Parts: sequence; C-alpha cells; structure tokens
Amino acid sequence: MSADNRSPIGSRTPPIYAFVGNPNCGKSTLFNALTGLKQKVGNYPGVTVEKKIGETYSQHGHPIKIIDLPGAYSLAARSPDEAVLRDVLLGRRADTPQPDRIVCIIDASNLERNLYLVHQILDLGRPVILALNMMDLAAKSGLEIRIARLEKELGVPVIPCEAANGKGIVELRLAMSRTDLPLAKHAWKIPAPIAPAVSELAASLQENDGKAPLSARAEALLLLTDQDTVRVTGSKPLHDRTSEIFHNWQKRWAGEGTDWAGSLVSSRYDAITELCSRIVVRKTNLGPSTSDRIDQVVTHPVWGWASLAGIMALLFLSIFTLAEYPMNFIDGRIAALGDWVKTAMAAGALRDLITDGAIAGVGGVLVFLPQILILFFFIGMLESTGYMARAAFIMDRMMSRVGLNGKSFIPLLSSYACAIPGIMATRTIEDHKDRLTTILVAPLMSCSARLPVYLLMIAALVPGDRVPLLTKVGIMILMYALGTFGAFGFAWLFKRTVFKGEPPLMIMELPPYRMPRMRDIAQQMVERAWMFLKNAGTIILAISIVLWFLSAYPKAPDGATPSQQLAQSFAGKAGHALEPVIKPIGFDWQIGIGLIGSFVAREVFVSTMSVVFNAESTDENTAPLRQSMAKAKWPDGRPLFTPLVCLSLMIFYVFAMQCMSTLAVVKRETNSWRWPLFQLAYMTGTAWVVCFIVYQTGRALGF
Amino acid sequence: MTALLKLSDLAVGTSAVVREFPKQGSAFLRLREMGLMPGTALTLIRTAPLGDPLEIKVRGYNLTLRKSEAEHILVEATTKS
Repeated sequence: MSADNRSPIGSRTPPIYAFVGNPNCGKSTLFNALTGLKQKVGNYPGVTVEKKIGETYSQHGHPIKIIDLPGAYSLAARSPDEAVLRDVLLGRRADTPQPDRIVCIIDASNLERNLYLVHQILDLGRPVILALNMMDLAAKSGLEIRIARLEKELGVPVIPCEAANGKGIVELRLAMSRTDLPLAKHAWKIPAPIAPAVSELAASLQENDGKAPLSARAEALLLLTDQDTVRVTGSKPLHDRTSEIFHNWQKRWAGEGTDWAGSLVSSRYDAITELCSRIVVRKTNLGPSTSDRIDQVVTHPVWGWASLAGIMALLFLSIFTLAEYPMNFIDGRIAALGDWVKTAMAAGALRDLITDGAIAGVGGVLVFLPQILILFFFIGMLESTGYMARAAFIMDRMMSRVGLNGKSFIPLLSSYACAIPGIMATRTIEDHKDRLTTILVAPLMSCSARLPVYLLMIAALVPGDRVPLLTKVGIMILMYALGTFGAFGFAWLFKRTVFKGEPPLMIMELPPYRMPRMRDIAQQMVERAWMFLKNAGTIILAISIVLWFLSAYPKAPDGATPSQQLAQSFAGKAGHALEPVIKPIGFDWQIGIGLIGSFVAREVFVSTMSVVFNAESTDENTAPLRQSMAKAKWPDGRPLFTPLVCLSLMIFYVFAMQCMSTLAVVKRETNSWRWPLFQLAYMTGTAWVVCFIVYQTGRALGF
Repeated sequence: MTALLKLSDLAVGTSAVVREFPKQGSAFLRLREMGLMPGTALTLIRTAPLGDPLEIKVRGYNLTLRKSEAEHILVEATTKS
C-alpha cells in the first residue's frame, strides 16, 4: 500500500490527510469548509459506514486529498464506525489508501476526553496536526488554553479554530501545506508491569506478523486494550509466536492481579491530566451554562415529556401538511409528462411501457421524496442541535424493556411517517445487533402510505356515507397500536433469539446544545436523498416495469374495459393463483391483485381497486369505489367486503411487508439480500397468521 | 473518610470521587476510555425521567450510563447537595 511511497507536498501525487476526531467535535464542518462541494460520498464496502473523500488545495495551489473518517472515541473499536477509523489509519483497508498525515480535530471545550483519542493517534508515528476547534465555546465556559505551550509539549502544530464561524481555516490550510511536518514528541510512561510486554509484542508483531515498524508499538498497545486478536490484527489471526507471548503475559498478569487494559487507559489519562494542568487555565466557575439550563427543561420529569411530545408533533405536522404541496406538484408533473409522451408517441407497447411502466414507476418513487427530505431535515436538526441524544436519554428506559436502547427511538418514530429515513437513521446505533433489530421492526410502524388504505377500509367497514368520527378514530388508533405493539414484540423476540447477546449499553455523551449549521444539514439531506434515489430508485424502476408488464399482458381483445384487461392479465392470473392462500383470511383473487400492486407502494391498493372494480374514484373521493366494493360478491353470492374482511384487510396492511422501496433500502443498509428477505417473510407471515386468527374467529362467532 | 456508596445510590446533585471500579467487562473498559476510572471526580447531574439511565458530569462533559453499570461503581461523596 502507500505506506512506503509517502508523498511530500509539492510532489506529483497529492498527499492524503485523514480527519480524525471524537463525535460532536465539529469535524464535518471543518471538512466541509476546506473541501466545499469537492467531495465524494460513498460507502466502505462491506460495512454501512459513510466514506467521505474530499479535495482541497495547499497554499501554493497543489491538490490535497482529505479522508473524513467517522467520529470515534477510541482506536479500540466498539462499533463499525470506529473499526473503519482504526483500519484506515493502520492501512488495513484495501479500498482506501493509508493516510500520510493526520489532522486531529478536538473540541477545546472538552479537552481531556478528546485528547484520549489524540494520545492513541500519536502512537501511530505519523505527522499530526492538532486543530483545536470550538475555541469560542471553550472561552465561554471559562477555559483559557495556552496554544504555544501545547505546541511545545506535543511537538506538533496546534491550530486554534472556530469552524462554525469560519475561523482558523486559513491557518489550518497553511499548516497542511507544510512540507516539514514534525513528528510528535510523544513520550508517555507505559505502566512498569506492562512496558516489557509492549516491547516484546511489538517486536514479534513486526517480525512475525509483518506489521510496519512505525505502527507495531501502536498495534501492541491496541492488542492489550482490545482482546479480540482478529479485530486487532485485521482479518488474519495472530502469528503463533505473538499469541504465545501475549498469553504468557496474560497468565502472568492474572497471577499478579495486574489489570493491564485498565491501567493502560489510566496511564494515558494520567498523562493527559498532567498535560492539561500545564496548558489550561480555568477561570472562575461561571455557573450553569445555557446547555445546562435547556436540559433542566427538556429532561425534566414533566416538561421533558411535554417538549418531546411537542417536537414530535411538530415533526409529524410538517410532514403531513408541508409535504402535501410538493407531492401534489410532483404528481401533477409526472401525470403531465405521461400525457405529453402519450400525445407525442404513436400508440403501442413501447409507449405504454414508457408511460405506464417507467414514468409511473419513477413517479411512485419521486412522490415520496418530499416526505423523506423533510424527515431527513428533522433528523439532521435533531442530530446537529444535540437533542437527538436527549430523546435517547429520555426514552432509554422504555426501549430497554424490549432489549434495545434509547438510540432506536428516533428511527422507529420516524418510521410512522416513512420507514426509509427511519432505517437510514439507524446508523447512529453503534451496536450491530441493536441496529439490525431496529431495521427489521421499523416497517411495522404504520407509515403514511398505509393511511389511504386504512381510510378506504374504514369507510367500507362502516355502512353509510358518513363514518362517525369516534369509530373512525377508534379503528385508526387500533391499527397504529397493533403495528407499534407488533414492532416492540418482535424487537423483544429478536433480541432474545436471532440477536441474542449482551444487554445493550447506554454509554453516551450528551453534547452541549449547538446552533444547527444549515449548510451542513442541507448537504447531508441532498447526500441521503441522492443515495436513496440511486440505490432504491433503480430497483424500484425495474420492479415497476415488471408489475406494469404483469398487468398489461396478455392483451385483452379490443374494446375491453380496463378492469376486464386486468382480470385476464398475468396479474389477474396471479391473483387467481394466490386465492387459495388468501381465501382463509377472507380475500378473493381481486383483492389478491391489489396486494400484488401494493408492492410499488401501499397506497396503490386504492387505485388498483378502482381499476379492478371499474370505479371512477380519486384518492380524495372514494365514494364510487366504496359503492362498487359494497356490490362485490363471491361467486356464490356472498358479499365480498363484509366488515370482518375489511378488518382483516386492514390488519394485513399493518403487518405485511409490501414496500419494495423499504426492502431496497434494507438491502443497502445491511449489505445483503438476507435481511430484506427475512423481513419480507416474517412480516408477511405474521400478517397472514394474525388475519387467519381474526377472520376464522370472527366467522366462528357469526360475523 | 465517609463510607463508599454505589454510584447508582448517589443523590442527584452530589459530587463524588470514584474509588472502586470493575476491572472486567467491555462496558467498564469503554467507561474508562470515556474518562471514568478510580480517582475521577464526577457529579451526578440527574436521572432520566423514568429513573434510568443516569447523567453524570465527568472531566467537564456530560455522560450517560445505566444503573446496571452504575451499581458496580463505588464512589465517595465529596459534597452534599
């Protein structure tokens, strides 16, 4: 790899810098400020960790590459994010060049803990620049940091910055342009009982495991704090000789009662505390900060719930009211585009493919984009202000009942609007099993696409044109409650079976509140939306075309009505084929067609039913459809849509996995088809079983 | 010297110093890496509205941990609220 052809500034290959820091240290703001829009955002193959590489220019106009590594507290990785950070810095990832130099960004108002990661990084023996960010906040909290002293103590350039206000960017660029970056004076006392082991292990790692001389000591130290040898050495197991040394030392320490991992951490912190005592001047205590005062309200036993409810109400209100305008606009544009193609092209199979397959399919994806963007905006706001951590703090106790932690709350809640942003927001959950559990149950939360189906079924369930409000609300609450209990029930079950493991932790930093950076949020919204369109869009387009083909072929004789065409198409035949399976839950082949069509998006059920029953109705006015549905009968003359069937159908929509956009996103977020297929099977299976019980019990009781 | 008590039994608003800290377990190693270890001063800021988790101030920042971990950490109270 690039370890041996290190490139100084000015040579032909641009030097590669890594940006490293704790979460919430302002690293992304600094990265954005330096690189602007010259960024490539992707994924590290094999894991769902965002990969960001940007380009900037040195003082003399030479290009500089920057890898923005995920935020982490330690090199002893506990999450995929931290593992990526460690592996890139150690040059273990074949897909990412090893950085030549490292910029450590630290939050100056939270110096000690931020310096812990820096302390580990300095072990790596690479040139390091320290960017002391949030100097303004440090000053506000009564801390004065002696920059020159810190520079002298560590022997690396230290640049004070306020990334949020654009200060220090020029100075940082200047430092990054230097050709002569010094190596750190990084002498710290490894505890006496451990020091000989470190040198012995380092020598063996270098000799037997082929580790670079520079990083062998760092690898030895990592090995002692993270006992998983595979995680420490990369994919290869330790060489026999190295693991023998390691085990001998472990045995010896265990006999002596030496807590090697703990004392390594402690001695780092001792060194940091001593350093801080020389470089930080603490002024008088200023009393509670603004952040403390906000927290007194938002984590208060009464006001905490009120503010959480208020923020969530605002979120849903804006999704359901604001999203409507762009959604109608997109709907209208898509329809107009379809009409235009219809007039511009000669009638035929190709025209139908374009209008009814491709354009309708793309429209089906685009129409959800406003909702998804609004949700991304809110999630971005919650993250960047720091409220996200408070919501997790408040909700942790409840989530712990089912074996999750508070961090699953916002993803699950967002899924009431749409599971896609909810699932994409699970990236903040470090624990792999918790994250998968959350992804698997999120689509059980009744999303907004189910609403039109519920409304139609409630209307069909209760005879008469006007449904009593109380009945309507009551049934609606029942459906949302079913989905919610289902989600928590399955989370509980999964955490006890498939994802059995240690109980989740709730070791989380509550960062100080910050003003949200609109530019960073907007950039993130666009990135996420684009990711969704690129990855889900292609799959959705393909399946839309397949579904169109199934309903359009084989062609009925000329003059057939759309409902006759659909009845004798492949989709109609599939509906017939499906009937034996869905008859026990009260559905006939016509409803079967609706279920198949729902894979584009659940609300398509309503329009499919309009075609099936040949009714001219719209989403707003379903009266004609209701009348046709009331007349629909089984071949033996029994009415099809009895109240029991309507109820069964609603319950089916609560549980069944019928959204290919969600499946596509789950595939992307879990990196395999295994989990989306499992999700499809368990959700739809549950739907069938619950409907079977409800329908058969109802029949037995005479409904 | 006052008696040691569990971090989970500390009164809200009280400052204390960690005296005994578990040596085993990945949760406790992570807590150490977050700066919590024997000798560290902390203040219990609050408990969540439902009683768990706890929020402590340690090394100038706010950290949460569950009672299930806090009850294994023994502290010596330094101030009464």
